[in-house]
Amino acid sequence: MELKQLLAIAAREFRDRIRNRWVLAVALVFTVLALVIAFFGGAQQGAVGFRSVEFTIASLVSLVIYLMPLIALLLGFDAIVGERERGSLDLLLSMPITRFELLIGKYLGLALAMTVSTVAGFGLVMLILSPKLDAEGCYHYVGFMASSILLGLVFLSIAVSISARAIDRARASGLAIATWFFFVLVFDLVLLGVLVFTGGAFGGDILPYLLLLNPADVFRVLNVFTLDELRASYGLATVFPEQLASPWLLGTVMLAWIAGPLTLASWRFRR
Amino acid sequence: MNTSDPPAVSLRAVTRQFGTVRAVNGVDLDIRAGELFGLIGRNGAGKSTLFRMMLGLIPVSDGEIRIEGVRVDGSAFRAVRRRVGYLPENVVLYDNLSGRETLRFFARLKGVPATACDAALERVGLSPAADRRVSGYSRGMRQRLGFAQALLGNPRILFLDEPTTGLDADAIRGFHDVLRGLREEGVTIVMTSHILAELQERVDRLAILVDGRVRAEGSVQSLREHVDLPLSVTVAVRLDGAARVAAAIQPLAVAAVVVRGRELSAGCRREAKMAMLDALAGVRADVEDIQVREPSLEDVFFGLSTGGAMAWS
Repeated sequence: MELKQLLAIAAREFRDRIRNRWVLAVALVFTVLALVIAFFGGAQQGAVGFRSVEFTIASLVSLVIYLMPLIALLLGFDAIVGERERGSLDLLLSMPITRFELLIGKYLGLALAMTVSTVAGFGLVMLILSPKLDAEGCYHYVGFMASSILLGLVFLSIAVSISARAIDRARASGLAIATWFFFVLVFDLVLLGVLVFTGGAFGGDILPYLLLLNPADVFRVLNVFTLDELRASYGLATVFPEQLASPWLLGTVMLAWIAGPLTLASWRFRR
Repeated sequence: MNTSDPPAVSLRAVTRQFGTVRAVNGVDLDIRAGELFGLIGRNGAGKSTLFRMMLGLIPVSDGEIRIEGVRVDGSAFRAVRRRVGYLPENVVLYDNLSGRETLRFFARLKGVPATACDAALERVGLSPAADRRVSGYSRGMRQRLGFAQALLGNPRILFLDEPTTGLDADAIRGFHDVLRGLREEGVTIVMTSHILAELQERVDRLAILVDGRVRAEGSVQSLREHVDLPLSVTVAVRLDGAARVAAAIQPLAVAAVVVRGRELSAGCRREAKMAMLDALAGVRADVEDIQVREPSLEDVFFGLSTGGAMAWS
C-alpha cells in the first residue's frame, strides 16, 4: 500500500467537503442544536438555562443517535457509486493506485470531514459552556464527542460499503435510508417486541449481547454507562451486565463495526 | 518505430463476456512501440470494452493482455501505469478544483512532481485558465485538461478515447500538433475516433472492430488495397461536352456515370484507372479538369463493417 496516493485521495475528498461548505453546515447544525438543548432542554419541565452536563449529554445522545447515522450515510453513500456513475472512476483506477487504496483514501477523507465538523460543532458549545463545566464535566463531554465521532465513522463505513456494492446512486441512497431506518428505528422495536411478546422468555438473557449488533445501541450504552446519573434513570442500565459495560469493550465493538463494513466494501470493490 | 521490437501492447485471444453478451471476441492485436494506432468501429463494437481491458480496468474473460511485456492483471502492472496516460471519452473532472489543482491531484496519484503540471497546462494551452475552477470550463477546456492529465509524467503509451470530442477547430489543430510532437518523442498512441478523416491521415495502422472481433487490421493503404472499392473519378467538362465524356468513360465505370451539370462522377476499378485516363485523353477537348480519389477511410470502414465478403482478415 502506498501512503502518498492514499493521502492524495483523502485530501481531495476532505477539500471537496470544505469547499462545498458541507463541514461548515454540519458544524453549524451541531452547534445550534447542542446550544438549544443545553439551554432550553428543560423548558418542558418549566426550567430554562443550563442544568447539568449529564442532562445535556443525555439529551444530546438522543439527538445524535438519530442525526449522526443519517449524516454519515448521506455523506458516504455515493463515495464509489457516484464516481462510477459520473464516469470518473475509470480515470482514477487507471492511475497507479489499487482499489483498496482508493476505497480507504475516500473513507479517510470523508471521516476527516465528519470528525472536523463534529469537533467544531460540539467543541464550540463546550467552549461556550466551559465556565459552567468542571474537570469531570469536561471529561464526560469530550467522551460524548469521541463516541459521537465513532458512531459517525461506523455509519460512514456502512455507507461506503453500500456505495461499493450498489449499481447506481438511486439504489445506494435507498439502501442508505433503509439502513438508517433499520438501525435507528426498527432494531430496538423488534427486540422489545420479541421480549414483550414472549413475556421475557426469549431474549431476556441475550438482550445485552443483541444490543451490540446495533452500533446505535452501543453508542447509547457507552454514554449511559459513563454517567452515574443517567445510568440510574435509564431502564436499559438495569438489564445490561456490568462486564459488558466497559467503555473499552464498547469502544472496541465500535471499531469492529468500522472495520467490518470496510472489509466487506474492499472485497466487493475488488470483484 | 521498428517492426522487430517487442510490441508495446499485445492482445492474445482476448474475450470479454457480459452475461450472455460477448462484447469482445477473440481479439489478437500487436501495437508496435512508437506507432499511432487507430481503433475504429460502430457504437457497441467493443472499442470501449477493449480500451478498459487494455488499461486493466476490467478483467478479461479469456486471453491475455500485456503492456510493455507486463500482464495488465498482475501486480507488476502498477509500475507500468506510471508510464501510461489515459484520456477517457467524455472526461469527468472535479468541478470544485481549479485546473492546476486537478493536475496536481493526478500528479500526486502518478507520483509525478508538481512542477510537471505547469508544463502540461502550457502544452494544451490552458495556462491562462489554470487557476479557474473546472466548473467554469467549457467542454473543450475540460477535454484539454483531461489531455493534460494524460500527458503527466511523460507517458510512453497514451490511450486516447475520442480525444477531440468537444474541441473547436483551433483546439483540434493544437491537439494534433501536440500529438505530432509526442510521436517524434517515440510515444505509442492508441486512439479511437468517430471522425475517420481525422485518423486517415495520421495513423500508422488501425484495426476495425465489428461485433467484438477485429474485422481488419493494417495501414490505411493496405486496407484500401484489400477492400476492392472503386476509385472515385470526378471530371469537370466544358460547356456541351458532358454527353461525349460520359459516353467515353461509361464502359470503364463500375456503375452508371452520374452527371451533375458540368461535373461527372464515376467509380473505377484500380486496374482500370489508366484506361479511364486514356479514355479521357481521347475527349481532351471537352475536359477541363480531372480528379482521381482513393477510397476514404470512411469508404473502407463501411465496406468492411457492412460487407460479409471481407473474410481475409
